[in-house]
Amino acid sequence: MDWLTTVDHKKIAILYLWAGGLFFGIGGIEALLIRWQLIKPMNNFLDAQTFNELITMHGTTMIFLGVMPVIFALMNAVIPLQIGARDVAFPFLNALGFWTFLFGGILLNLSWVMGGAPDAGWTAYTPLSTSTYSTTHGVDFYTIGLQIAGLGTLIGGINFLATIITMRAPGMTYMRMPMFAWTTFITSAIILFAFPAITVGLVLLTFDRILGANFFEVGAGGSPVLWQHIFWIFGHPEVYILILPAFGIISEVIPTFSRKRLFGYSSMVFATILIAFLGFMVWAHHMFTTGLGPVANALFSVSTMLIAVPTGIKIFNWLFTMWGGQVRFTTPNLFAVGFIPTFTMGGVTGVMLASAPADFQFHDTYFVVAHFHYVIVGGLVLGLFAGLHYWWPKMFGRMLSEKLGKWTFWTFIIGFHLTFFVQHFLGLMGMQRRVFTYLPNQQFDFLNLVSTIGAGLMGVGMIIFLVNILLTSRKPADASNDPWEDGRTLEWTIPSPPPEYNFKQTPLIRGIDAFWKEKVAGNKGMTPAEPVGSIHMPSATILPFTMSIGIFIAGLGFMFSRDEFGNAFMSFLFNNYIVTAIGLIITFGSMLMRSLYDDHGWHIEPEELEGSERT
Amino acid sequence: MTTAHAEASKDTFPHEPEKATLEGRNKVLAFWLFLGGEAVLFGTLFATFLALRNQTNEGPSANELFHLPLVAAATFILLVSSLTSVFAIQAMHRNRPALLRNWLLVTVGLGLGFLVLEIYEFTQYVRHEEFGMTTSAFSSAFYTLVGFHGAHVAFGIAWISILIGQLARKGLTVVTAPKVYVSAMYWHFIDVVWVFIFTVVYLLGKVG
Repeated sequence: MDWLTTVDHKKIAILYLWAGGLFFGIGGIEALLIRWQLIKPMNNFLDAQTFNELITMHGTTMIFLGVMPVIFALMNAVIPLQIGARDVAFPFLNALGFWTFLFGGILLNLSWVMGGAPDAGWTAYTPLSTSTYSTTHGVDFYTIGLQIAGLGTLIGGINFLATIITMRAPGMTYMRMPMFAWTTFITSAIILFAFPAITVGLVLLTFDRILGANFFEVGAGGSPVLWQHIFWIFGHPEVYILILPAFGIISEVIPTFSRKRLFGYSSMVFATILIAFLGFMVWAHHMFTTGLGPVANALFSVSTMLIAVPTGIKIFNWLFTMWGGQVRFTTPNLFAVGFIPTFTMGGVTGVMLASAPADFQFHDTYFVVAHFHYVIVGGLVLGLFAGLHYWWPKMFGRMLSEKLGKWTFWTFIIGFHLTFFVQHFLGLMGMQRRVFTYLPNQQFDFLNLVSTIGAGLMGVGMIIFLVNILLTSRKPADASNDPWEDGRTLEWTIPSPPPEYNFKQTPLIRGIDAFWKEKVAGNKGMTPAEPVGSIHMPSATILPFTMSIGIFIAGLGFMFSRDEFGNAFMSFLFNNYIVTAIGLIITFGSMLMRSLYDDHGWHIEPEELEGSERT
Repeated sequence: MTTAHAEASKDTFPHEPEKATLEGRNKVLAFWLFLGGEAVLFGTLFATFLALRNQTNEGPSANELFHLPLVAAATFILLVSSLTSVFAIQAMHRNRPALLRNWLLVTVGLGLGFLVLEIYEFTQYVRHEEFGMTTSAFSSAFYTLVGFHGAHVAFGIAWISILIGQLARKGLTVVTAPKVYVSAMYWHFIDVVWVFIFTVVYLLGKVG
């Protein structure tokens, strides 16, 4: 019950982590089933329809329900601490964002047991995703589930923007913010400007499928290419929503374990902003083969290649940070160092794909699959592993086992390269993606076998990670404030896990890497910026949960509003939009309650603060 | 940094009560950000409409359909409601709760008037012109863009009405003032969107 009503950002972080981890597991199992089907030619382990559903759900689940929540988990756990704040700007909205994400994700995954999962690919390209070609409710689950989950992401983005703009501790100017706070800030801005586009896209597709609208029906004047534009003007920035937080994590981990400040801090900041800006300019490179013409292709080709410049700046800055540093290869740093070459390889194939003429050759082959898995898994997932191992003691007060962590790293990264490196060659040899099998003796057999073995090894790495978590949770929570001993930023100045109010006294910031600066000056901790006083806290509330349940019910009601049921009562409920209305009444009723009863919160008095401090 | 929720007395009432607390400032800032997102939302809808506005599928075209006098009346009503919401905020800044309430009521009334005209317009199209959601790509784009705006107006009416009730119960305080202020921002935003709809959908529909 405590977890259903919490508005504490640290608890919400843990909720995001478990829910995201669960969906990540589901997406991982889907991936293993796909790889098992492709282990040999003409395999009949899965039929074509199931394979379509699996690839669709694997992509959708991993991106929207797997990695994004884990990113949000780390942001929630760390950002208020890094900027010296007691909470986020809107604790209530923070909880609301989590619950809408969770119920959207549950709705999407219900499709497996309620008459067919989405089967049109994770991009839901029209006309494949229109009701003409996709006759089950699968794509309805996709459009409505993602809509609800996307709402949560947008809320989270606005919340982090406001938090970082207004709630930084005294002295923390923008150019003194830790890089992870910077990348969170920019990521949130991308979310704010990219997600409304997909919101509209999903609405249009929903209207086409449920209300019989004609946005994408060529016969009635609609345009399938319109879907691609709307999808990718969101979808390409989404790649940077995913990768920038990983850049932020790497920029925290590498300096800590090199005992040096980040090389080229300000160039890192501007590279981040530039990447975000260019990320919006390049969406049509996903559409080179749709016939936009040579001028459009050339422009999008060049603007895409430009992104390599700020990204290259970042790569070299990380290398220069390690150069001459006292590098310690702890588990987080192993993942961070492993990230650099792996992500660089993904970037290089990105430049190859950005060349429009070459793209006509690579398009829809395993070369593309290899490229984006190098970016997303070799970039983001390695970054998340680094971040999770790095901040685990701060979140839970327990150090993960270094030995098991290193096992995780080596099995995962070897498995990863085995899986995806060979897919570059499969693609160049002409193996198509999204096809459920292939013919023997096209030289695809051996490399596919290798790829599947690699996927299994990645699975083993994940299991070792889970075992590590399980074993760690049985140990006493005895991590010190600064368990890595070389912590540079504010989160390492307070107990692990932090008390509910984070900082007894708001710290005064005197430079980049605020805590490190005090350490170098010989001080034990931060200088407080305020006297000890009573701390205002927001009250717990169930309303975010009920609001999300309402939206969930409304979504289900809308989805089945045109169905015929064997049962007259059910038909009555759904066909007259009564279920939809009930859901909306729950949501709007909760909003009304929120509006009519003010949340005055409560205070923690100074007397209660003393003694709760633990070092 | 104040976290006090105490009601300000007459003489200590701040000049800009919506920005008197950190919570209030956060609300105003976040609402600006939210409107940035809303701008993308409507931008995408406008782009869709522009892409599909001539795809009539042998159904009615914009030129045959629209009656500018009706739309002009709706436009006038909505723009005046923006003005009255400005008066409401001015009354709030001068700490005159009764005047604030009255101007908010006028704003809600004008919003309702606009909505009635729009519903009338839509029903005319559906009944007499055989122009429904499923007629053509143009009709789908039209109803979705204009309907999204209409839904925003309806939401705004409900929101401001609840705020009027809240003001009656709790009075004008540093807690309620930011809520009124952001609802006025919202109202201006949907007015601005309407100006674009009037131009891009109706005027362009008539001439091109």
